[in-house]
Amino acid sequence: MKIERSVRVEDKLFCNRYLVDAGRPHIKVRAHTRPSPQLLALLRACPARCYDLNDKGQVEVTVDGCMECGTCRVIGEPTGDIEWGYPRGGYGVLFKFG
Amino acid sequence: MIEERFDAIVVGAGMAGNAAALTMARKGMKVLQLERGEYAGSKNVQGAILYADMLEKLIPEFREDAPLERHLVEQRFWIMDDRSHVGLHYRSEDFNEERANRYTIIRAQFDSWFSSKVREAGATVLCETTVTDLAQDAYGRVIGVRTDRQDGEIHADVVVLAEGVNGLLGTRARLRDRPKPNKVALAVKEMHFLPRETIEARFNLSGDEGVVIEAAGTISGGMTGMGFIYANKECISLGIGCLVADFQRTGRTPYELLDHFKRHPSVAPLIEGSEVKEYSAHLIPEGGYKAIPQLYGDGWVVVGDAAQLNNAIHREGSNLAMTSGRIAAEAIFQVKSRRLGMTAENLALYKRMLDRSFVLKDMKKYKDMPRLMHTNSQNFFLTYPQLISKAMQTYLRVDGTPKSEKQKSTLKSFVNARSWTGLFGDAFRFARAWR
Ligand SMILES: Cc1cc2nc3c(=O)[nH]c(=O)nc-3n(C[C@H](O)[C@H](O)[C@H](O)COP(=O)(O)OP(=O)(O)OC[C@H]3O[C@@H](n4cnc5c(N)ncnc54)[C@H](O)[C@@H]3O)c2cc1C
Ligand code: SF4
Repeated sequence: MKIERSVRVEDKLFCNRYLVDAGRPHIKVRAHTRPSPQLLALLRACPARCYDLNDKGQVEVTVDGCMECGTCRVIGEPTGDIEWGYPRGGYGVLFKFG
Repeated sequence: MIEERFDAIVVGAGMAGNAAALTMARKGMKVLQLERGEYAGSKNVQGAILYADMLEKLIPEFREDAPLERHLVEQRFWIMDDRSHVGLHYRSEDFNEERANRYTIIRAQFDSWFSSKVREAGATVLCETTVTDLAQDAYGRVIGVRTDRQDGEIHADVVVLAEGVNGLLGTRARLRDRPKPNKVALAVKEMHFLPRETIEARFNLSGDEGVVIEAAGTISGGMTGMGFIYANKECISLGIGCLVADFQRTGRTPYELLDHFKRHPSVAPLIEGSEVKEYSAHLIPEGGYKAIPQLYGDGWVVVGDAAQLNNAIHREGSNLAMTSGRIAAEAIFQVKSRRLGMTAENLALYKRMLDRSFVLKDMKKYKDMPRLMHTNSQNFFLTYPQLISKAMQTYLRVDGTPKSEKQKSTLKSFVNARSWTGLFGDAFRFARAWR
């Protein structure tokens, strides 16, 4: 997986347009002490790298770059690890091309 | 709160929702369409190939003002290993016809245009409105929706769920299951901008001619997936998608995969020097016929990707979405004009009409394909492409080895990799699923 380090997702997301609904994240991670395998999978499967580990080793989500694809929902919702919804109307990612 | 009552509420202004809303509005029904994006298309991602025939059935004169990119004169299929590709190209002057059969489009622009036609037809279209729930009565009948705009419910005789692949409302209301990791693919995509002349020179095009490339092989690293490269007027859509279950299993990251695809020696020269103006991600339904949920119930129907109506083998989705949207609308109109209730029993007409259309016939034809591809992904997406590439190279390299020896060694490499039973088994299963 040597290529991965050369790919900076933040740079990619930078060209996208977003209207962030500050203080109203549309995805939440359920409080946990040790992350489940599903939660850990999200660290790599999310195409916007919204999921990260905090210094306590728990999984956190920052939805600012979210493209609302639903991948984390498919993996993490059945186990109750995350709560998934869409942003309020008009907010979130705004594709110019799509 | 909107006090008015509507004949129909359509959730979503994608391909399926627009087709449904347009059809019902034209028939004089009172239609409310709700879309969460800032404008129709602002949330939507596609390759994108538009199939003219299905749009013509809705808007015959669409070529006059629809934002079309290029009409396709050439289709390429690439089987790739890490350093090469074996390609099948089909190009025909016949595709330079007045009413071209396939076009490339840019979804954000196309959907806005499609939505303007829906408004012209008289539907009320509310964007920036996320539907949060379906409103159901005590018997579980769908009677309307709730949105994040105002408290309370908006009522209608029937709700058309055109909410796309995630299908949040339908699953929240337990009308169908949430998509499963082995039934949906995650695609990531970039828009590469280049001067028009550069694109035309690199793809061997003139004027508005277009070409699309579909690619499979080691680019997906043994996962079930495909890459695509579509030439638009001034940009190239490039992306790759694999089953979510495979991403989960392998721990490969989507952006790493995309990057790998872009660096492939067959791909890199096509996009060299381009400016990337967007990075997007979206799911694609891959479950096929067997994953199609219940399509109608009391007060509701489901159309398009939300109903898993997507033909992954032929990379067709928007046309199935448009057609299912139109057919659902026609069925609803028939029920209404007979002054019958929007009950499950009466709305079953939608399913009967869909059964007779190409939508369910095509889906049925490939019903065994998804399972075959998903359970044999190592063979189909890694082993065979490598073997094919090696065979081609052995065949083409002139090095004094007698041809008969080359043939023997090629055959041996296939048998070593998959064994005779493996090869025959794969061929047999493939043929049966394709039939
Ligand atoms: C990368 C990629 C490439 C593809 N390439 C092709 C191709 O070349 N040709 C082809 O035919 N198909 C292709 N497809 C498939 C095609 O895009 C889909 O099949 C098609 O868009 C489905 O249409 P739809 O209307 O069902 O869903 P969508 O087009 O996804 O529309 C759903 C709409 O509903 C809205 N919505 C969802 N939930 C809510 C809510 N709660 N409240 C309000 N609004 C809501 C969304 O914002 C969206 O506008 C591709 C798909 C992808 C991801
Ligand atoms: S919806 Fe997609 S982009 Fe957003 S956090 Fe989930 S996986 Fe990442």
